[in-house]
Amino acid sequence: MALRPDLAIIADAVPTTSRVLDVGCGDGELMVALRNKGVDARGLEIDPANVTAAIARGQSVVQGDANRDLADYPDDAFDYAILSQTLQTTERPDMVVDELLRIAPRAFVSFPNFAHWRVRLALLWGGRMPVTRSIPIAWYETPNIHHVTVSDFRDLVRAKGIGVERVWHLSGDRPTSDAAASWRAEHAIFLISR
Amino acid sequence: MASLLHDIQHHSVTIAAPLPLDSGQVLPSVTIAYQNYGALNADKSNAVLICHALTGDQYVASDHPATGKPGWWARMVGPGKPIDTDRFHVICANVLGSCMGSSGPASPDAATGAPLGMAFPVITIADMVRAQAMLLDHLGIARLHAVVGGSMGGMQTLAWAATYPDRLASALVIASAARHSAQNIAFHEVGRQAIMADPDWQDGQYYGSARAPTKGLAVARMAAHITYLSEEGLTEKFGRRLQARDIKSFGFDADFQVESYLRHQGLAFTDRFDANAYLYITRAMDYFDLADPHDGRLAGAFAAAKDVRFTLVSFDTDWLYPTSESRRVVQALQSVGAAASFVELSAPFGHDSFLLDVPALDRLVAGALGSGF
Repeated sequence: MALRPDLAIIADAVPTTSRVLDVGCGDGELMVALRNKGVDARGLEIDPANVTAAIARGQSVVQGDANRDLADYPDDAFDYAILSQTLQTTERPDMVVDELLRIAPRAFVSFPNFAHWRVRLALLWGGRMPVTRSIPIAWYETPNIHHVTVSDFRDLVRAKGIGVERVWHLSGDRPTSDAAASWRAEHAIFLISR
Repeated sequence: MASLLHDIQHHSVTIAAPLPLDSGQVLPSVTIAYQNYGALNADKSNAVLICHALTGDQYVASDHPATGKPGWWARMVGPGKPIDTDRFHVICANVLGSCMGSSGPASPDAATGAPLGMAFPVITIADMVRAQAMLLDHLGIARLHAVVGGSMGGMQTLAWAATYPDRLASALVIASAARHSAQNIAFHEVGRQAIMADPDWQDGQYYGSARAPTKGLAVARMAAHITYLSEEGLTEKFGRRLQARDIKSFGFDADFQVESYLRHQGLAFTDRFDANAYLYITRAMDYFDLADPHDGRLAGAFAAAKDVRFTLVSFDTDWLYPTSESRRVVQALQSVGAAASFVELSAPFGHDSFLLDVPALDRLVAGALGSGF
């Protein structure tokens, strides 16, 4: 089964033999891909059914909440932390980013871009919260409580003095150019470092 | 009853080497009764040790010799089961201090041949684990694919990882804890006092007499049994329903179904368990605190165990060994960098959930054992 495009990019970018914590690892799909290339991957996941599925696949996953339980990991426990499609669901995304870069010197953070042109159009012309391919759930039941744009995230890391080593932008399943990514990218993946 | 129980023949080995105990005393030799299932492979790398709970025994997947009932984990252990005896060589040993063939208070004094009773030394969970390691030495098994246990079996599993971190690849700990809480100790003390208050206990020297403290042991079991169930489970199973009658008796018969059930559980238990063994094993559990030798830092117990793959499971209705105790272990493991998995499963049966039909547990056990094999 093919990995989700943002996960495939992360799986490709993580060096072999590194130690990785996948925060919000779901049923362990990315972890399996990482293990297959020799990465020592551990997971944190809030949903017990997903945790059970991941452990049943032989992965090391702890049931826990990214808002609270990252505190249990020591400093520099990993080489990379991964937070894919989860930042916008956390209570304090800024503090979660701090935690990621405490437990690992580098982190992959991916999120749907709230400034994509479809979102802009939905707001501008429809006057309603957008329901799009990358933001598919209505405002009243979405887990996304902190919508974020590519520019917002760049502002956050700049303000915190966090380095950006690399950025990937996706439109649908395909990479899109960095030019005008603010409105053309549906998803962004940042590789950030202390 | 106790005399009948002690007449049963068990498969056992007597190892003529001394076992130094945590108490400072020494057992001059150790008898360990055990069962095994499935073939040991040529390089002896597929052995799985199952550690049983307080009132469990080595008959994990075979009929109990006293009761005739199926093994206590027959649903989990066997060909094609989550602990697959087509793949694994499964060993389950009766714990030190118990009454199913291993050295315990009913064992004979070496000098007189009379049952030791209270002269048997107080033992600990770590002592039980050391005795199991002696059995594995005897069997020529240097390293285990996994150690698995629920409740007190989970305590032994954690003690295995702390004591012999190089002798196991993975540890599966279900509905357990790294220490006994004040509440755990308190419930055990109620059970012990019930036994010792029974005049038939006779300071533990009842083996040769016609009287055994079955009443006290039954009360101990009744009290303990309540702690193994959830309130929700008891309510669903019995509610306030009356037992074989339409109206209250206004007396002290077992009017309620729950009373009748508990009386039956208590009485049936005395057919298969020895009162002194109950005293010794509950004491061992009460003394259990893995952090104690490390100035209260649980992580210290796992400092050498970071290459062991741990899986911990708790149940949301288990108030005896609650999720918070499993989380405490997970936090200690994370702080030493050990590969740890943890999940809290939802099941209605309280602490006993680990013995009952919880399909998610089957998947977890199979997954935890399958990896790295």
